[in-house]
Amino acid sequence: MDKKTLIRLFFQMLRIRIIEEKIAEHYTNQEMRCPVHLCIGQEAIPVGVCAHLTNEDYVMSNHRSHGHYLAKGGGLKCMMAEIYGKANGCSSGKGGSMHLTDPSVGFLGATPIVASSIPIAVGTAFAGQLKGEDRVSVAFFGDGATEEGVFHECLNFAALKKLPIIFICENNLYSVYSPLQVRQPEGRRISTLAKGHKIETHLGDGNDVINVYRLTKKAVERARSEKGPSLLEFMTYRFREHCGPAFDNDLGYRSKSEALGWEHRCPIKKMRKFLGDKGIITDGDIVQMEKEIEDEIDSALTYAQKGPFPTEDILMDHVYAS
Amino acid sequence: MPVQRIRPFFQAINEAIAQCMADDPYVYIIGLGVPDPKGIFGTTLGLVEKFGPKRVMDMPTSENAMTGIAIGSAIVGMRPIMTHQRIDFALLALDQIVNQAANWHYMFGGQMHAPLVIRMIIGRGWGQGPQHSQSLQNWFAHIPGLKVVMPTTPYDAKGLLITSIEDNNPVIFLEHRWLYHIKGHVPEEIYRVPLGQASVIRQGKDVTIVSTSHMTLEALRASQLLEKEGVRTEIIDVRTLKPLDQATILESVRKTGRLVVADTGWRFCGYSAEIIACVTENLFDELKSPPIRIGLPDCPSPTSPALSRYYYPGANEIINAALKSVGRKTNKETMYIKPTKPHDIPDADFTGPF
Ligand SMILES: Cc1ncc(C[n+]2csc(CCOP(=O)(O)OP(=O)(O)O)c2C)c(N)n1
Ligand SMILES: [Mg+2]
Repeated sequence: MDKKTLIRLFFQMLRIRIIEEKIAEHYTNQEMRCPVHLCIGQEAIPVGVCAHLTNEDYVMSNHRSHGHYLAKGGGLKCMMAEIYGKANGCSSGKGGSMHLTDPSVGFLGATPIVASSIPIAVGTAFAGQLKGEDRVSVAFFGDGATEEGVFHECLNFAALKKLPIIFICENNLYSVYSPLQVRQPEGRRISTLAKGHKIETHLGDGNDVINVYRLTKKAVERARSEKGPSLLEFMTYRFREHCGPAFDNDLGYRSKSEALGWEHRCPIKKMRKFLGDKGIITDGDIVQMEKEIEDEIDSALTYAQKGPFPTEDILMDHVYAS
Repeated sequence: MPVQRIRPFFQAINEAIAQCMADDPYVYIIGLGVPDPKGIFGTTLGLVEKFGPKRVMDMPTSENAMTGIAIGSAIVGMRPIMTHQRIDFALLALDQIVNQAANWHYMFGGQMHAPLVIRMIIGRGWGQGPQHSQSLQNWFAHIPGLKVVMPTTPYDAKGLLITSIEDNNPVIFLEHRWLYHIKGHVPEEIYRVPLGQASVIRQGKDVTIVSTSHMTLEALRASQLLEKEGVRTEIIDVRTLKPLDQATILESVRKTGRLVVADTGWRFCGYSAEIIACVTENLFDELKSPPIRIGLPDCPSPTSPALSRYYYPGANEIINAALKSVGRKTNKETMYIKPTKPHDIPDADFTGPF
């Protein structure tokens, strides 16, 4: 991998991290009046995956979508405004954090009903095949989503039609407060479920952006060369509470030592060390990056905070297309 | 008056479940997050400690299959309580609820029954948005074979849940999350509130207000102001949408001649239409003014507080409707009752995020 790519991957992870932390910091001001599901700790997956996609490719996501949206190139300003419930938000304030969209870059949408956007992503791949287009679709979802019937039905159909879709499972071991052990059989990996459908599948380290990048590269090549779908399962960990800005390890549903172990495996720390050891970036470079990102966020926050609220007359807009 | 035992709504639910589980070893509870540290807004806290993990269970995120599994267990003798943190998540299980549970007793000639309670929580506020705050009680009330329960007070929550668990049919039990911290008298022992009985929670001779769930609280607030305006309202909390207690409603409208219906769901094709149809079919000649429906406008639930402000009707809309029905001049813009908290939170202590 060339230096430029490595630096870009690092920068994008750092950008998502700082944006998410900024949201957490401002959330307590009670101005972002909608649930937020932060992806702090899981940044390597969206970044490593989306690095292979163009604006022509489609991405769909779930409730924990900020990273997917940003990595795909979704606009930061209108994302912030959306979370603030403003008319200049990416969904005109009608959706909030759980319903981000930026069709201009192929981020078609995020919806928080677990697994509900997976078939829609498959449908976009199906359309691409019908229309003879050269597009790849990606469905991001969590470990919990693989328990829904629709996930399995989608694997079957995608395999049947050899669709250009990549299923990305972000396995962070939990669905809200429920650990995998109470939801899925012990010793059975999610990635192996795809094997039964003859779908190409790999298990990867979701906290290692280079690993994510490499595995996705192959999957995208497969999809583009009409060889059919892939499923990639990436192990990762959410650092903060399921929903909201805080830490919640005091609740006792996961152990302090487990959380600490994952903190040591922070994808950003890991990449930073790797790049530092190789002499690819210096601490000075990072300070520069942080400054650039913070400036960008400041202006996005201003855009969101100063943006107009939607007015009563648009309540009934958009119910039907004209 | 005997000593009041004041408890919040969520605890009333919790007691009902615990007492039914203690009473009947075949009762079990299952749902996403049931044994987790938050315990479904407190309603399932302590149950796993009391009854163990075999009867108090988390589940995979598989609403459709798990509903079918609950039904299967019910037809051979278990009494499952299934819990969904939002009604919107239960939509994944519509096939099992509507095609299977509702029909089971009928389509096999009454040989088997499916005694199961499906608790569904109606969300609202703090940007819950289009997929986390729908109020779909009328869908279920439309289906023969289902019973639909929607308590407002802690007393009714406990008594109706116990009756629902003991009922031999599938019961959809709808809890509005803005009711969880409402307090009221809750007797300690097991008691039953029958299904199919509405509750007259306020008597008056001028206007009948029929309301469901959280809208009953809005109706109560409205009534206090209406009283000052010289309009005496009779409030009927429907409590069980199906079977519907037509007699109580008809008796009241026979007296008042006027009807306002306030429901938490959409107005168009909503539950309020059923109430109005029932009244007009039976008391057409006795109505002094056209019945009025209060409900949500015909659009999805918006996330931005700037829009949800115009989405949810409350006491002010009820006051307007009641005044209109007695022929008084009204003004849509008048804020009869000044808000004491932001409109998108249940109480001043709420700070998000869920
Ligand atoms: C159909 C449905 N059931 C339940 C929920 C409640 N819910 C919201 S997020 C979530 C967790 C899903 O876990 P996972 O897919 O692993 O994603 P993660 O939050 O861990 O990123 C659940 C159960 C929902 N939104 N939709
Ligand atoms: Mg998860």
